[in-house]
This record gives sequence, C-alpha cells and structure tokens, in this order.
Amino acid sequence: MALLEVKNLGISFGGLRAVDNLNMSIEKGALVGLIGPNGAGKTTAFNLLTGVYMPTDGSILLDGVNLVGKKPAQICQAGVARTFQNIRLFSQMSVLDNVKAALHNEVRYSLFGSIVHTPGYRKKEREMDERAEKILNVFGLDIYKDFLASNLPYGKQRKLEIARALATDPKLLLLDEPAAGMNPNETAELMETIELIREKFGVTILLIEHDMKLVSGICEYLYVLNFGTELAHGKPEDVLNNPQVITAYLGE
Amino acid sequence: MKKNRKLIINGVLAVAVYVLVMVLVNTGMLTRQLMSLIIPCCTYTMLAVSLSLVVGFLGELSLGHAAFLSIGAYAGALVLKLELPIWIGLPAALLVGGAAAGILGVIIGMPVLRLRGDYLAIVTLGFGEIIKSVFNAMTPITGGAKGLSQIPLVTTYRNFTPVYILTVLTILVVAHLVNSRHGRAVCAIRDNYIAAEAVGIPVSRYKILAFVVAAVLAGMAGVVYAGNIGILKPTNFDYNTSIEILVMVVLGGMGNIGGTVAAALILRILPELLRNVSNYRMLIYAIALIAMMLFNNSSFKRTLVEKRNLRQAEKIQKEG
Repeated sequence: MALLEVKNLGISFGGLRAVDNLNMSIEKGALVGLIGPNGAGKTTAFNLLTGVYMPTDGSILLDGVNLVGKKPAQICQAGVARTFQNIRLFSQMSVLDNVKAALHNEVRYSLFGSIVHTPGYRKKEREMDERAEKILNVFGLDIYKDFLASNLPYGKQRKLEIARALATDPKLLLLDEPAAGMNPNETAELMETIELIREKFGVTILLIEHDMKLVSGICEYLYVLNFGTELAHGKPEDVLNNPQVITAYLGE
Repeated sequence: MKKNRKLIINGVLAVAVYVLVMVLVNTGMLTRQLMSLIIPCCTYTMLAVSLSLVVGFLGELSLGHAAFLSIGAYAGALVLKLELPIWIGLPAALLVGGAAAGILGVIIGMPVLRLRGDYLAIVTLGFGEIIKSVFNAMTPITGGAKGLSQIPLVTTYRNFTPVYILTVLTILVVAHLVNSRHGRAVCAIRDNYIAAEAVGIPVSRYKILAFVVAAVLAGMAGVVYAGNIGILKPTNFDYNTSIEILVMVVLGGMGNIGGTVAAALILRILPELLRNVSNYRMLIYAIALIAMMLFNNSSFKRTLVEKRNLRQAEKIQKEG
C-alpha cells in the first residue's frame, strides 16, 4: 500500500472551490512533484495535508491512518513535516534552538525537569544537542548553530527550514517551493541536498516547485494542478510534454 | 564551560546582593523610607519576571497581571490571618496564594488565549477589572472597599531572608523554564505559531502553561505583598498596577530576564529617591522611562549587537 493515499480531496472557501477532487497516491521512498500555474491550489493542497485547513470532502490516509480532522501538531506527530513558501523560522531563536524546538516530541522530559534542571533534564538536553547538531551537520549549518536564525543568509534559512522539518523524524516531507528566490548555483546545490536527505533520512518527499529544471531533474513522478483540479499526472517527461499542461502554463 | 561561568557569576551576584542588603539594614545605614522599599523591590521583581514569561517569551500582551497579584494577596492574607507560626504560616500562605492564582490563570487563560495580539490584551484588561470588582463585592470575605486589614506583617524587611530566597527562586524558575524543551516551545510560538504547530508543538497547551506559571508566581508575589503592607484594598490592584509591571518588562527588553530585574528595581527605587524634588518627581520619572525606551531602540544599542554578531562570524571563519 502507498504511504500517502489522497482520495477526492476538496475544499471550498465560500463559493470558491480552491481544490477539487484531488487524488494522489505516493509510494514510500518516492520523490514526487506537485506543479501548476500560480493560484492552482498547490499550497492549499499542502495546507489540507498538514491540517492547517479542514477539507470539505475527501480523505487523506498516511500509512493507513486517517489524517482528516486532526490538528497540525497531531499530523506532525503522525509523520508529516513541511516547509513554507515564505520562510517561517523561529527568527529570534538560535539556529540550534530552531532544530531543538522541532525535537519537541522526539526527546521528552517533564515540566518538573524543566523547572529544576534535574540530571534527567541534562541527559535529555545532551541527547537533543547531539541529534540537532547531527542534522545541522548534514546541511553544513553546524558552524552557524549559535547564530540567530534571522541573521542567516537567505539560502541557509531555506536549508534550516528543511533541517527543522527533518528533526521531527517525518515519514513524509512536504517542501513548498524550496528553490524560490535561489540562483541557478544555489538551486543545483539544493537538488543535491534533496537527493541526499532522501537517502540519509529515508524520507518520502512531495515538493511544490516552479523551477522546471529542478522538477524534471529530481522528481520521479508529477501531479499537475490547474484551477484546483488535477490536470495530469505521470512521469515528468510525459507530463511536461503534455499539450494540456503546456497550455495551462503558457496559455493558448 | 561558558555556561558554568555564567552560573557562577549569577550565583555570586545573588549572594552579593543579599549580603549588601543585610549589611545596609543591620548597620542602620538606610533611612526608614529606603528600608520600606526593600520588600516592594522583591515583589515587583517577582511580578515583572513572571509577566516576562507571557509578554517577553510567549509574546502575548497581558494587561491584567494585577489580577493574579490580587488573588494571591487575598488568598494568602486569609491564611496568614489564621496566625499560624511563621514557619508553617508563610509557606502555607504562599502555597494557597500561588494555587489560587494558578486556578484563576487556567480559568482566564482558556478563553483568553484563543485570541491573539490586541484582542488578547483588551480581554486581559477586562478580566483584571472584573477580578477587582469581585473583590470589592465580596465584603464578608475581603472586607470590600474598606479593605482586608490586620494581616500579620510576616514579610517585612525584618524577614528579608525568606522573601529574598523566594525572589531568587522565581527568577530561577523562569530562567530554567525558558532554557528547556517547554520554554523553547513557548518561544517558538512567539516567533511563528504556524511553524510551531507544524513541528508538532501543541500551541494552546503551551500558551496556557506559560500563562499559568506566570500566574502562580505572581500569586506568590501577592502573598509577600500582603504580608508587607498589612491591608489590602481592591483599588490597589487596578490596571495602573498591571501597566506598571508591564512597563518593567518592556523597559527591561522583552525576553531579557536580567534587564527585567534591573528595570523593576530602578522603577521602584527611582520615584522614592526623587521625593526630595517632589515637584519634578513624575516628570523625571517619565523622562527616565522615555530615555530607557529610546536606548532600547537606539542605533547605539544596535551597533553593539551588530558588533557582537560580527565577532561571532569572525570566530566561525577562524575555526572553519
């Protein structure tokens, strides 16, 4: 059975049907792209998957567990992590603390431990530090660990957001336009990073992207959205040569 | 290493302040007027540090902190009036005062923390006034507008030691909490609550947690307040008090515990020192407020921060 099974997913905002009858099936370990013109409903679909919006209809199954009706924090614990189109870091916290905040449910201790700083607290904090530094190391961010997140350059902020998402130990990672605002060199580097984290963390990835070079370069399967409905899906080379898709992007 | 050094410095500082106050009190170098300031300095430090948990770390503006101070004060005063021996009476009063404030924190927090920003601020302001009115109306228990009097004076400057320990403990609780899994969750909510939810932090639960811990600590401060002043009137806890505490937190630099303590002490002591020039007292106080705020926002301070960042970057380059 597929890791993520989305059936007839839809949401209406008043009279606007932002996403309609969306079906997706993503196998474990896959790297899948979700593309479409601006306003097609891609980010709305992500918001539905992560519980930010409540779908009006349809179902979302992750590993057979229903995600509809759960809160974002519960969905995260169920194994879905995400990044945001407009970066949302914990800007006044250090780079290390950004990742440690995401380890919230991975390494636990009691409120009493927090207030008294018991030996148990110290042990767990060390474990947190080690795990966080290990993740930062993968992204080459470990040397910046004491920086405020807001002081990082843009490209590194994007990476930190991915690192933070991975700290929650997800089964499925959703990346919302990871290459937005990057130059070709940074994009190339990002493609390598995405490949690397898939191997290293054994995570399934679904990404939204407008950079067709990135999409055709690393995605194994594509879903195309247009006006909230699915326009096409299949292998990148087929989808990107589909006349309907080209029309949707470029017009008649 | 760095952490340990900080710990030692803070420890030494805490002991030094204690010794200094004890020496000043016992050698009679302080005037009566200054002696009477010692305990208010402690209570306001506790209040400001506890409020900084909500305003500085959770990032929500609460204009009703005096409500928690008042319920702690009244509940504690009722226990103190039982005239138990002080070594049972005071801890029992602190326990009851803190618990009462904590329960009120949950009751107020549940509906209030569904809101954010300006709306939350206004609602806390309303709750503060409601609590004040309730105490005014509960005449049989609280003495109503006439006040609750003849509270045993167990926390005057003669009993500085337990009050000081409580103050230091309050600061420690907040400082420890901030530097922990729970505190990081609270700060994450402040910085970006959508992202905090997305990394699995239950936002409502941690908002309530910060609110309730702050309430408990303020309630305990209330007990100290009651045991120092001897008489409680609802008008002591109007929104001016809440604003005064808030000003301390803002001046101290939100989320900066050391700064908050300093601001609390300065704002408590300054008006009293200025009594000699009573005509200009409030004027100078106001100017001092503005000056501190300007400093917090000044390019001078920004340059200092930037220099620190630069040093950090250089250090990394050297190591890398």
